[in-house]
Amino acid sequence: MNTDTHAAHADHHHDDHSHGSLSTYLLGFVLSVVLTAIPFWLVMSGALPSKQITALVIMAFAVVQIVVHMIYFLHMNTKSENGWSMMALIFTIVMVVIALSGSLWVMNHLNSNMMPIHEMTGMK
Amino acid sequence: MTIAVNPTQSGEPLFYLADEHPHPEGYSTSLGFWIYLMSDCLIFAILFATFGVLGSNYAAGPAPKDLFDLSLVAVNTSMLLLSSITYGFAMLTMAQNRIGQTQMWLAITGLFGLAFIGIELTEFAHMIHEGATPQRSAFLSAFFTLVGTHGLHVSCGLIWLVTLMVQVWKFGLIEANRRRLMCLSMFWHFLDVVWIGVFTFVYLLGVLR
Repeated sequence: MNTDTHAAHADHHHDDHSHGSLSTYLLGFVLSVVLTAIPFWLVMSGALPSKQITALVIMAFAVVQIVVHMIYFLHMNTKSENGWSMMALIFTIVMVVIALSGSLWVMNHLNSNMMPIHEMTGMK
Repeated sequence: MTIAVNPTQSGEPLFYLADEHPHPEGYSTSLGFWIYLMSDCLIFAILFATFGVLGSNYAAGPAPKDLFDLSLVAVNTSMLLLSSITYGFAMLTMAQNRIGQTQMWLAITGLFGLAFIGIELTEFAHMIHEGATPQRSAFLSAFFTLVGTHGLHVSCGLIWLVTLMVQVWKFGLIEANRRRLMCLSMFWHFLDVVWIGVFTFVYLLGVLR
């Protein structure tokens, strides 16, 4: 067990110095440029007929680009730091999803449960 | 880490670290810094949630369509993206111990970052000049808080970048400086990830609305 952990430490120091190569950085960059250019073009030209579809498509592009950045620029993988950085990332994503969807959901309901303005003006 | 279960003493197990071996300096820095970035991510999540809730409350003031110039935002986005790849080149040349090239790529990264901040401040100044101040509506308060916090992070990153260039210039690519450059690399790429959320949810979806 003792030798195992020392070996793990040696591994850790090894992968500190092997973060990415020229080809992975360039691949990540090209992917990011494409994934940035398409949503800007979609919105600026109005190529898709419906705004709702455009919104969904550009949100999908954003998610894909975030994953590309995580892999090619931030070098995320399941092995770095013995998996602890992935663990922290997953925990954060769960927290972010709860905070975002929870806030939007609650506040949206709050808005729709408010007394409409025209009824209030009628009560004067 | 070995947890000792000592069987020799009266059969009672002892739970403690038997061999607290020393760690080399900074061995946990990158994980610790990653956890800092994740906590920073939560700050941005809350600011995004605020913007999501208040983003359509214009208070009869200007809407995103009246304010945002998407071609300017596209230029700004490319500045940040280019600074990400040039920082990547700095890290690659650092791994090859080419100190002059590392410094050059760091300087180029800094210039792109400076261009980003410059364009953003121009945009802010233009908006404020048109009366679209943070006080104007809930949408503008949320907008300036979210985008301003990101811009503040990039500005801090620039100060950090210049500090590290001086460090590398004075002490060379010593182990501590490599570790610091690694942390700034994570910080810089993380800010680019946040910017993806900003240009998608604030600018593109705002103009679409």
